[in-house]
Amino acid sequence: MTEAASHLPASRLGGSDIRTISKVDVGLKRRYAAERRFRAFGLAAVTIAICFLAVLFGSIIGRGYTAFQQTRITMMVDFDAGIIAPDGDRTSAAVMSGDSFRFDDLIAASLQRTLELDPNDEDGLYDGLDLLSKGSAPLLRTMIAKDPSLIGTKRTVDFYATGDVDAFVKGSIRADIPESQRLIKDKHIALIDRLEKEKALHLAFNTGLFTNGASTRPEMAGVGVALVGSLYMMLVVLALSLPLGVAGSIYLEEFAPKNRWTDVIEVNINNLAAVPSIVYGLLGLAVFINFAHLPRSASLVGGLVLTLTTLPTIIIATRAALKAVPPSIREAGLGVGASKMQTVFHHVLPLAMPGVLTGTIIGLAHALGETAPLLMIGMKAFIVDYPTTPFDPATALPTQIYMWATEPERAFSERTSAAIIVLLVFLLAMNSIAIVLRRAFERRW
Amino acid sequence: MGPLWLLALIAGLSFFGFVLGHWKSVVLSGKARGALAARPGYYGAYVLIWTAIPALLILVALSVGRPFLIEHTVRVNLPAQVLTNAQQLSLEVSGVEQVAAGLKLVTPEELEDIRIGVVAARSVFARHGLPLGEDVKPYQLMAAGTLNLVSDGLDTAIDAAVVAALAFGLIFAFVRVKPRLRARNLVENTILALMIAASSVAILTTVGIVLSLLFQALQFFSMVSPANFYLGTVWDPRFAAAGSTESGQFGFLPLFWGTLYISFFAMLVAVPIGLYSAIYMAEYAGSKVRSTAKPLIEILAGIPTIVYGFFALTTVGPLIRDYVALPLGLGTSGNNVLTAGLVMGIMIIPYVSSLSDDIITAVPRSLRDGSLALGATRSETTRLVILPAALPGVVGAVLLAMSRAIGETMIVVLAAGVAARASLNPFEEMTTITVKIVNQLTGDLEFTSPQTLVAFALGLTLFVITLGLNVLALTIVRKYREQYE
Amino acid sequence: MSAVQAATPFETVRTPDPANRPIKVHTAKVKVTYGQKEALHGVSIDIAEKAVTAFIGPSGCGKSTFLRCINRMNDTIAGARVEGKITLDEQDIYDPDLDVVELRARVGMVFQKPNPFPKSIFDNVAYGPRIHGLARSKADLEEIVVTSLQKASLFNEVKDRLSEPGTSLSGGQQQRLCIARAIAVSPEVILMDEPCSALDPIATAKVEELIDELRANFTIVIVTHSMQQAARVSQRTAFFHLGHLIEEGPTDHVFTNPLEQRTQDYITGRFG
Repeated sequence: MTEAASHLPASRLGGSDIRTISKVDVGLKRRYAAERRFRAFGLAAVTIAICFLAVLFGSIIGRGYTAFQQTRITMMVDFDAGIIAPDGDRTSAAVMSGDSFRFDDLIAASLQRTLELDPNDEDGLYDGLDLLSKGSAPLLRTMIAKDPSLIGTKRTVDFYATGDVDAFVKGSIRADIPESQRLIKDKHIALIDRLEKEKALHLAFNTGLFTNGASTRPEMAGVGVALVGSLYMMLVVLALSLPLGVAGSIYLEEFAPKNRWTDVIEVNINNLAAVPSIVYGLLGLAVFINFAHLPRSASLVGGLVLTLTTLPTIIIATRAALKAVPPSIREAGLGVGASKMQTVFHHVLPLAMPGVLTGTIIGLAHALGETAPLLMIGMKAFIVDYPTTPFDPATALPTQIYMWATEPERAFSERTSAAIIVLLVFLLAMNSIAIVLRRAFERRW
Repeated sequence: MGPLWLLALIAGLSFFGFVLGHWKSVVLSGKARGALAARPGYYGAYVLIWTAIPALLILVALSVGRPFLIEHTVRVNLPAQVLTNAQQLSLEVSGVEQVAAGLKLVTPEELEDIRIGVVAARSVFARHGLPLGEDVKPYQLMAAGTLNLVSDGLDTAIDAAVVAALAFGLIFAFVRVKPRLRARNLVENTILALMIAASSVAILTTVGIVLSLLFQALQFFSMVSPANFYLGTVWDPRFAAAGSTESGQFGFLPLFWGTLYISFFAMLVAVPIGLYSAIYMAEYAGSKVRSTAKPLIEILAGIPTIVYGFFALTTVGPLIRDYVALPLGLGTSGNNVLTAGLVMGIMIIPYVSSLSDDIITAVPRSLRDGSLALGATRSETTRLVILPAALPGVVGAVLLAMSRAIGETMIVVLAAGVAARASLNPFEEMTTITVKIVNQLTGDLEFTSPQTLVAFALGLTLFVITLGLNVLALTIVRKYREQYE
Repeated sequence: MSAVQAATPFETVRTPDPANRPIKVHTAKVKVTYGQKEALHGVSIDIAEKAVTAFIGPSGCGKSTFLRCINRMNDTIAGARVEGKITLDEQDIYDPDLDVVELRARVGMVFQKPNPFPKSIFDNVAYGPRIHGLARSKADLEEIVVTSLQKASLFNEVKDRLSEPGTSLSGGQQQRLCIARAIAVSPEVILMDEPCSALDPIATAKVEELIDELRANFTIVIVTHSMQQAARVSQRTAFFHLGHLIEEGPTDHVFTNPLEQRTQDYITGRFG
């Protein structure tokens, strides 16, 4: 080798080779520029991603925060027995039966009083009624049916203004555009001003958003029913996927022999986690509804489908948590004569529990926002009443958002954003719990 | 008794069984517990298992079987002339079921009136809040009567069977509780069996997906040939009327093109941003930046897709229409390929970045050191050593993200449009496989018409495509991980 | 023993170089801290040009840490801080004006475990010349690769499969490939961090033989656990213990006639 080295050119012999250094020096400027560019690209990518997040949140919150307040019109209503119960029958059933125009009459009368209208001024009355939600009469009727003792008394009642009035009061319909392009005409604006002066028209916290069910009138629509539907589904998912996921993972991780078959299961579970969720919806439609004849639109079926979509996530998280428990713990358990089952349930599982719960909560959060499979099993029905059991037809928060998103009216767009904010708050809460849990019980071996 | 009551009864008696088993084992062993083969709790659990599991199995089996028995009853009670074909049968069965439900609502007097024909059943039902589409025919009334009898009888039979199983299991196990009974092994074996059953749910899900999609898709392919479906260039399924035999054109290619084109834009956004941020996180960011920015980017993956869809529909779509498409004269719709692709890309960024970050950090430190020690800069090390080493893993991550993009539904449902067309202009409305699955399955479903069944053919195709991508990606990532373990 | 150390101010025992070689690297009072922990308590040593200097000592004594200071590889470890002075040809290498890329081109390094890049054998060796732009043409690059492989005594074994991945070689060949990769940049100093600890005895012998040949052209610093290896390949030896440089001097002198009790204890195997 020494011979080989000796016939090499002197400049290649290392040591005091000055040429190398000067050559390195020459390219250095360019190389550092490339370095800075590369770093800037990376920083830009991170910044862009975070900007997307900010724009997304900004646009949703900007659109939706106004929906948490709503325009009400407060009027004194004379619950005239002659109008409500002309035949003298004051029971709830009598109030609910018969035609509902009499309640419109009640409202018209109080409007005339509030606006001090001439009783013969029919145009003025109709303009005034335009401001009130068309759902006011049914609302009044249920109110009286609930409490028939109101008949014959006078009471102030909060009525909903229509979605357009609401939008005008909140400033999203502007007065300075030409009247012909405006949903609120000049005459309405005059009346709104009057009502405001009388302190009859005001903004109040929108409780209906959280308690009402579906409605074709945006001012009466809420996510209450959808929230209950989602709650039922989450209960079903939790009750099924946690035990199934944990039991399955314990078997796969602790008991199953490692062979080709478990390899197949492993790949299968990882694949299931990446199967498009709409495919689970098709499965639910074909198996639970078409084959097993479970009721369509029921939160039970929704829960079953979401259980299947969530299960892979929970299994993967649980197996990771079990894997993180060092083998020495198992050996210690077996060493004192515990059976394998006892070792797992007394020692390994409790240590893995924080990881399992974190995975479960994240899985649930994912299920809460899942939409596509629910559309497949018909959970986008127009449901006004609260479901009482998981077998009743229901909607879910995300499907309610979907239905509202496709409504053209501006007031629905505002409500869609508000519903999204509600959904995101739930997700944020669940993820925060998961993070707190992880921080609190994090253990390094 | 309803199923919930039965479940409560099973739970109550099982608990009782546990207490009994525990008590008997303690009594049997006298004061000296050492004489028992297992701790008393295991004897309790032994009795509990014997009480609960047979009863639960019977309850599940009978509940699953019930609808088939009911359907069978209806079928044998219908006159032969209405049973022309499968489609007709399913209509008739649901008609009879509705009448049966109505019969349960009416009072005995009304029932008598209906029976002798004084009043129309339809009007009586309507009064009880059950509007029917058409008048009730006499044979339906008869079949419905039988149906109600059979279903009541079945319910009683289920109750009796479950109670019998409970009683038998409880007594059998209680008698067998003896000090020498190896209760722990028996209980542990049962638990193991339950765990195996739980782990097989994952397999069953896959089997269920494949079978249910395949079954319905084959029905579709018996009406529309696979060649017409997969090679067709026109998507025009027509109206899915009940019993309509006319079938439209089901050309898959325009949907496939729309799916691919939108996914292409999604990857165009997600891959560079995801990859560069992963590199920045892994190679440059200090721990402080990393611990803030990483979770922030991962939030993007936690946001439900419906939210992205709404964002695309209300914010991105109009922006692109007003500021890009209209001035360029390329399109007039807020629903377009570019909007859907862009928003989907944002959604997918964290899928690319998280997995790539894991993969890049898995490249051993020694390779970094080796390159740095030769005088390479950080970017040279990353570009020339780390990325080539991490390439398989990164490819896997990109494939997984691609599979997400192809299967994504809500964004495209809200932002891509419904027009099935294959064009190169990204400002035009196009549609995807998933959009059409949703479209075809909204409204009244007729499981015998090609308009409904095509959704399952589309679903099957989607499943096969994503399965291929997933398995390929997972295999690559797994091989990659093993290389550096 | 540590009590004795803490009580008395520390003084390295030095024996001068009889051959009187010029000094390539000079260090004075080098301290290294990782976060709160001081790993090196002030090491001063002169490293002779065109000779092999071996650093020996028990695990965790700071010899590897010190080695990594000489080409500033400690910069890549978060939380590591270096104090004191290190000069290469009388130029301060921690001078803010000095470029670390340039420094590492002058001071190459070979690691404990062979770490060939997942590229072909040719690309592994060509990596350094390529990034530094040392070759004007393809032929030039080929010449550098061939020469470097020859210098690393690897050329004859791999000349027919230069396009195969570097990872396909045996452990000993991989380590010689890494040495070839280092010398392709024509460094002045080569640092070797236990280069043979992952190799079998035959491969070790080949690498040791190579080190002996390279000494003609390069200044070599080698960290080793094996005292036999230090005795075989080095001209000068430095003994580290608990973050201190205890003794340094000509190798035969340190091994046959150590002046310090602790050096004596270590080389006779009483601890370590």
